[in-house]
Amino acid sequence: MYRVAVIAGLALLVLASLLIGAADLRGGSVDSYLLVMVSRIPRTVAALLAGAGLALAGAVVQLAVQNRLVEPGLTGTPESAMAGLLAVTLIAPGAALMVKMIVASLAALVGTFGFFALSRHVPRQDPMLLPLVGLIYGGILGAGVTWFAWTADLVQYVGIWQSGEFSGVLRGRYELLWLIAIMAALLYVAADRITILGLGDDYARSLGLNARQTLLVGLGVVSATIAAVVVTVGSLPFVGLVVPNIVSRWRGDNLRANLPLIAVLGGASVLAADVIGRVIRWPYEIPAGTIFAVLGAGLFLWMLYATPKQATSR
Amino acid sequence: MIRIASLDLHRDGQPILQDVTARIPPTGLTAIIGPNGAGKSTLLHCIAGLLVPHAGKVMIGDDDIATLKPQDRAHRVALLTQSPAIVPRLSVRDLVAFGRWPHHRGRPKQQDHDQVDEALALFDLNDLEHRKLDSLSGGQRQRAFVAMAYAQSTPWMLLDEPLAALDPRYARDIMERLHNLSRPGPDSRSVVIVLHDLGMAARYADWIVSLKDGQLVHSAPREQAMTTENLSALFDTGLAVQTVGGKSIVIPV
Repeated sequence: MYRVAVIAGLALLVLASLLIGAADLRGGSVDSYLLVMVSRIPRTVAALLAGAGLALAGAVVQLAVQNRLVEPGLTGTPESAMAGLLAVTLIAPGAALMVKMIVASLAALVGTFGFFALSRHVPRQDPMLLPLVGLIYGGILGAGVTWFAWTADLVQYVGIWQSGEFSGVLRGRYELLWLIAIMAALLYVAADRITILGLGDDYARSLGLNARQTLLVGLGVVSATIAAVVVTVGSLPFVGLVVPNIVSRWRGDNLRANLPLIAVLGGASVLAADVIGRVIRWPYEIPAGTIFAVLGAGLFLWMLYATPKQATSR
Repeated sequence: MIRIASLDLHRDGQPILQDVTARIPPTGLTAIIGPNGAGKSTLLHCIAGLLVPHAGKVMIGDDDIATLKPQDRAHRVALLTQSPAIVPRLSVRDLVAFGRWPHHRGRPKQQDHDQVDEALALFDLNDLEHRKLDSLSGGQRQRAFVAMAYAQSTPWMLLDEPLAALDPRYARDIMERLHNLSRPGPDSRSVVIVLHDLGMAARYADWIVSLKDGQLVHSAPREQAMTTENLSALFDTGLAVQTVGGKSIVIPV
């Protein structure tokens, strides 16, 4: 039943996204077909893919560190991806997009594992502690990136990577995001293993699971996803926090069963943020990241206060 | 039979287990008892193969647990450990089904579903099978975790303080079920439990492994190990073992 509602909602959003924008499709001033093919469709697909990827990455991180208040934006992942990108831009400015992407993913993986190593030393009694540690960790990495960019006169680039928005998405400039579809498929295969990981190291190992390998796969998917999003549209906070938490409350933590729903809701909510951003100050645009941060922060506060025991404690 | 030979384990320079040698018979229920910090939980994790001792070894049957591959180990011992940091929002059925993971590794067969059904029935979870763990009481949730360990269908079930924070009624209920499981029969399991509650140990255990300051004190049948003198010396406080209606009880004196 809810599936029909979710799919209908998604279809409406996609339609809205195709029709709404600075240029009017009905006017004779632009070639409507060209506009839809080159700009609106790529933009819609990019928002859906980025949102789905961020939401799935959030679900994986939450299971991996067993804390519902953590998301990829709080694990130093985007900042490390930016550090990798910055390094490539400096060392090999002409490198192919795929090379940049691979370096960014690897840097993101290192940064995420850094957070994971750190998380093992954070006491678990207070679930708020780990996201705070992540905030500081990401802040330090981000400061390093900014300083590094400043000395190399690349601060502009960092600004673009930091604020997620879709107005620059055109055909030929977003296709890297399809990597997220591959990552989602990989995640689906590993879904049971990652859910078991969420039971804790002892349970995972006593069930004969190779916990380290599973963790590597999970965090690898997270890193590649975040790197792809940062490279193509810029980082979007809160998506990985809000969407998996809503799905967890609604449908539970079984990743295999809920993976499609997390992906669809993630994609839909980012697309909605993008469409709202196009409408509010028409014909000017507000970045989807800004819109989502405002809505997401509200949702997050509601989540914290609505039923704090369920959301956080054991 | 589990044979523990000269186990040594230290953490941050502090000895946790020192030269622990013990055996655990394959039939019946074994309780690991001792004061706080005696190394009970560490010993159980060594037996489960999740902690590797710095010296000595644990033999399960003819195999050194440390040399078994993780998949093979998961067919020998099931472990119930402290609850996860957050209660996962899994249905009871999903959780119990994960106990079958070592057998199907992601592709459950009919036999696996049957085993899950059996575990749910055995632990009275049929009415709760679609409930999420975070909506259950502590006792019901613990029963679900025990059922998961049971569904793993291993000859050995290891449980680390399964009664922690449970009301007497639920604690009793779980001990009864584990005790019944450990009686000889076609589907009998060898059960090893780290227990804080000496009353439960006196009532249900067949064999006692007692530890103090990381060293073995007793590895003996319950009647031999749980005497007034032994327990008082083990816990450094006056404890008396009495018989009431044919059952042993432990009382502070």
